[in-house]
Amino acid sequence: METVLPEVTAVGVIIKAVIILAVISAIAGFGTYIERKVLAFMQRRLGPMHVGPYGLLQLIADGIKLFTKEDIIPAHANKFIFAIAPAITAATAFIALSAVPVFPDFTIPEFIPLLGGTFVPSIASDVNIGILFVLGMMAAGLYGPLLAGMAQANKWGLLGSARTAVQFLSYEVVTGLSILAPIMIVGSLSFVDFNDYQNEHIWLVVYQPVAFVLFLIAGFAETNRTPFDILEHEAEIVSGYATEYSGMRWGMFFIGEYANMITIGVIASVVFLGGYSDFFFIPAWIMIILKVAFFFFFMLWVRAAWPHIRPDQLMWLCWKVLMPLAVVNIIITAVVMMAMA
Amino acid sequence: MYEQIAFYLFATLTVILFFITVMSKNVLYAMTSLAAGMVLISGFFFLLGADFLGVVQLIVYVGAVMALYAFAMMFFDATKDIKATHEKPLLVFFLGGMMALVFVVIFSAPVIGANIEAHYPIMEDVGNAQMVGMILFTKYLVPFELAAVMLLVAMIAGIILAGKKMDHSLTTNIEDVKEELLKGKK
Repeated sequence: METVLPEVTAVGVIIKAVIILAVISAIAGFGTYIERKVLAFMQRRLGPMHVGPYGLLQLIADGIKLFTKEDIIPAHANKFIFAIAPAITAATAFIALSAVPVFPDFTIPEFIPLLGGTFVPSIASDVNIGILFVLGMMAAGLYGPLLAGMAQANKWGLLGSARTAVQFLSYEVVTGLSILAPIMIVGSLSFVDFNDYQNEHIWLVVYQPVAFVLFLIAGFAETNRTPFDILEHEAEIVSGYATEYSGMRWGMFFIGEYANMITIGVIASVVFLGGYSDFFFIPAWIMIILKVAFFFFFMLWVRAAWPHIRPDQLMWLCWKVLMPLAVVNIIITAVVMMAMA
Repeated sequence: MYEQIAFYLFATLTVILFFITVMSKNVLYAMTSLAAGMVLISGFFFLLGADFLGVVQLIVYVGAVMALYAFAMMFFDATKDIKATHEKPLLVFFLGGMMALVFVVIFSAPVIGANIEAHYPIMEDVGNAQMVGMILFTKYLVPFELAAVMLLVAMIAGIILAGKKMDHSLTTNIEDVKEELLKGKK
């Protein structure tokens, strides 16, 4: 299994960072189209159809609208905080992506001038505590909605940021505890070690089905996806933390949310579903894209199938159901590991 | 050289941010700079090669400051400045300054006085988390367990203080809502 990789240079990392920024931003735009289409088909509608074939150019129209829309800052808002809050969401989402394996590694062909022969790694910065770093960065991302809601001098916004705090304090424990059991089995915090372990053994979801389900549920809360999108629940608090935002500032919240969805998909597939290794005849890079795409689709599917829940229901679920389950799961894992050793 | 640039960048930013935390009259500025400063401190750990501690700093303080925000949200209007009333600003300034000086002397004296060596230096082929675990569960086992017991005590006390009516929902109890509505009619 040992393959010697070329040395990672600074240029390679910079190219990787640019690729992540460009591709993930584009996917975030494309994701809105996919989301609308998938939701439409599940609700027996057609979704966007008028702009381009099958509405494919809709995302360009949306992009033009977002870029050219007037950028409004409310009169009584705390202007500085109001302005940087969307940047926090987008930036932390991309920082989190820098430590996960996103695309396969490749070497730029020799015939391209200047950059020929540069090795572009799969992970922009392979820190050996990758999982904790990514989870910490995604947690920091919730400061975006929190600050946005508090800075805009709007009651709906304030309610949205209060709900952000509630959501954060609920799911964070479940995420950490649920991913602890796989970490105990593998004995490492590095995504590469997780991948190698599952190359030699079977997928971790076989050993840890409970942890997998708990992590997915907490992941929905982490990305503000539908059963838990209490931060901006339109039917209750207008648009929550995003009430006063317009134009590209609002778009940055959106890009951050979609980038976080992809991050959760990558973590779930690398930690539980075998990661970027070959599967029978399917090459590794197709497998990882397929898995992440499945999780992306799964999030849309859940959005079409489930209603919202209330904030107190979220707290009840996280603290009284999921957290005890996660702790029991850890104890059982530890006992079994001790018995096997 | 990169490390030095990074260190001075982080150091300057951290000092500036904590200065804003202390001096700002706006609760939103103060807490945001506190959170940002705490995140930047983790940069020092990363520079020293203590990745695990850096991430722990990040996760712990992001959560802790978030809880602080929740309280600030309840007590202050975040978009307005707070009028603080100091009775004796000179005395406060003097005492605060002296305390800061004393702390600097306390922490820097041993560093300057004796050439401090790391008792447990970072080993190249052992992971960060493993090293922290080894030290925690051998040499510092008693303080570690004591901290665990203290946290347990604090948790139980918190539950007892807050949990008197835990199964009694404040918003969804139909009887209460009816009562409120009836009161409104009278």
